[in-house]
Amino acid sequence: MVLVPLVVAIPLVAAAALTAMGQFLGRRVDDLTGIAAAVATTVVSTMLLLRSLDHDLVYWFGGWRPRHGIALGIAFDVEPLSAGIAALAGALMTASFVFAWRYFDEVGTLFHVLMLVFLAAMNGFALSGDLFNMFVFFELMSVCAFALVGYAIEQRAPLQGAINFAVTNTVGALLLLFGIALVYGRTGALNLAQIGRALDGRPPDGLLVVAFALLLTGFLVKAGAVPFHFWLSDAYAAAPIPVCVVLSGVMSDLGLHAVARIYWPSFSGVFAADAGSLRAILVGSGVLTALVGGTMAFFQRDLKRLLAFVTIGHVGIFLAGIGLLTARALAGTTLYVLADGFVKGGLFLAVGILLRRARDGDELRLRGQGGVAPMAGVAFLLGGLGLAGLPPFGTFPGSALIIRSAGDVGYGWLPPLLAAASILTAGTVLRAGARIFLGLGDTDDPSLSHEPPAAEEEPAHVPGRVSPPLLFGPALALMVVGLGLAFTPGLAGRATQWAQRFEDRPAHTAELLRGVAPRPAGTPAFHPGAAPYVYGAISTVGAVGFAFFGLYRRRLPALLRRVPGRLTAGPAAQLKALHSGVVGDYVAWLTFGAAALGGLLALTVR
Amino acid sequence: MSYLPYALAVWIFAVGLYGVVRSRNLVHLVVCLSVAQSSTYVLLLSIGYVNRGTAPIFADVPKGTRAVDPVVQALTLTDVVVSVTVAALLLALAIQAQRHADTTDPDELSEMHG
Repeated sequence: MVLVPLVVAIPLVAAAALTAMGQFLGRRVDDLTGIAAAVATTVVSTMLLLRSLDHDLVYWFGGWRPRHGIALGIAFDVEPLSAGIAALAGALMTASFVFAWRYFDEVGTLFHVLMLVFLAAMNGFALSGDLFNMFVFFELMSVCAFALVGYAIEQRAPLQGAINFAVTNTVGALLLLFGIALVYGRTGALNLAQIGRALDGRPPDGLLVVAFALLLTGFLVKAGAVPFHFWLSDAYAAAPIPVCVVLSGVMSDLGLHAVARIYWPSFSGVFAADAGSLRAILVGSGVLTALVGGTMAFFQRDLKRLLAFVTIGHVGIFLAGIGLLTARALAGTTLYVLADGFVKGGLFLAVGILLRRARDGDELRLRGQGGVAPMAGVAFLLGGLGLAGLPPFGTFPGSALIIRSAGDVGYGWLPPLLAAASILTAGTVLRAGARIFLGLGDTDDPSLSHEPPAAEEEPAHVPGRVSPPLLFGPALALMVVGLGLAFTPGLAGRATQWAQRFEDRPAHTAELLRGVAPRPAGTPAFHPGAAPYVYGAISTVGAVGFAFFGLYRRRLPALLRRVPGRLTAGPAAQLKALHSGVVGDYVAWLTFGAAALGGLLALTVR
Repeated sequence: MSYLPYALAVWIFAVGLYGVVRSRNLVHLVVCLSVAQSSTYVLLLSIGYVNRGTAPIFADVPKGTRAVDPVVQALTLTDVVVSVTVAALLLALAIQAQRHADTTDPDELSEMHG
């Protein structure tokens, strides 16, 4: 039990110590402190994961336990899915710190401090069982991320990225706080389980629908779902690579898991009759996000921005998975998030190696230049196949659970669309890898976005011949962990069991508020059957095909090229024009999205 | 209790948001954002308000005295801290924009798009 607060306390204490003493110590002391704190946090998160396998670990701060079934204090509620996300945050942070060792020529102590506070905030957000505490950690996480994105403050792109990120996410957080205030006004509770109990036995009314829509908007802004995603590509394209790894691998997904964390304990009872319409809304916006993200990724030539849109595409897949509102799909999404977080982290690090070695991050300018960093090429290939969901590696168990679950609730049309989305994202990553490391494809492609400015954040000195292991080691390690995670025996079945516990509201409420231990449940075995393998194979083959389409599209026969080209040119240009880079437009879209979400919920919930 | 405070909170939020969307100057934009943020204080405090309630300080008052909800006041204080942090960070970014990009117009700052 005493371990629970440590996941927040360790990085915070390390950050405070660095702030106090960092200027008197050398750069390497900062690096070592960061690595040590991140490793320790990862170990603690993993221990929490292993200890919460059979029942939740509930930690009440200051010993304010519930009296007579009423929560008075503030709780951390540790269950395996959230602890897994916290462990992912720690692991990615460790890889980032190791990579930063050789990546930055100069970096101030404040970078390490911000990263550590960021880690503490993410862990706190992932484990908090209290709505307002979630908001506080959400804001702490956001502020650290704003500052980290704008770290290279003397250039235009990080300025733009940080401003767009900060303004849109602050507006999102305001809507979230509005929602929290309304929920508190209705229920008088902030503890998630307590809210659920207070709402028991009443039909949903207008106030509750508005409050839920506002909460949903706040979290989806953080996750980057369409149409709240505009800030994400600007911010991730401008952030330093070690920051991108954590942003893309964990922060986006935390927003989505927050949706599950508030829905199941608090709202699943009152909206039980409307689960069908809620499912349609969430899955619909997930599919839209996945396709928009994948399509926009295809049009990018700046590798970081390309991976940012890949992140959006996969956020869409996860949103659809969580939105299916079944235990199996939640388990699948969590496994998918874990594997995908490692793989995307490895890809960002591979781009970082290119930025460091070839001093460029532009796909077309780098064509055939990949020889300076062959290990980055290996990471690109593995990453592309990992994103595609090549059976039985990496993301396959997660997507298998989602595919089977979609069939269970009558969403049989969903798996082909999700496969299409991963063909778009994985194919684009493979295209970039093939162009850079194999020298394939054309040297120019006018349909891609405008040429990014030459090397920005990158070091001035001439690199030696050999990539130092501290650069490619973390990238390959993340790839191996991400792809190998799938081989944990019985993982899919165990994860389904944890998700069932997560979604069993009466048992969860009794456990949290009255300390009633949950009934031990048998571990369901999961046999994926044939369909997931077929989808996995299709998306892998499709991704390779799509990569070649991206490389040699302009050599297709004129008949095949012209007609579809003319038909798609207009919509493609419009879609690209929407990503204007102007923060006012983004906030307008955010407002529109919030209104649309609220309107859809109000129309369908009765 | 009337609906007026809630309507007021929504109005302040809408005005601030309109300013954020239409702003052509980063400092102005940050001020608009702060206006929008202050709507949450109004909302939170009005949710916790009790007619003829006193401040929630329970020294020297008889038991059972009506008091306003202290929880929302704590939330408001936290919220004030958060918004000041964000405003300070954004103003620092605005200064850097003027210094390095020679503009405070968010439209002119947009280098990445598409």
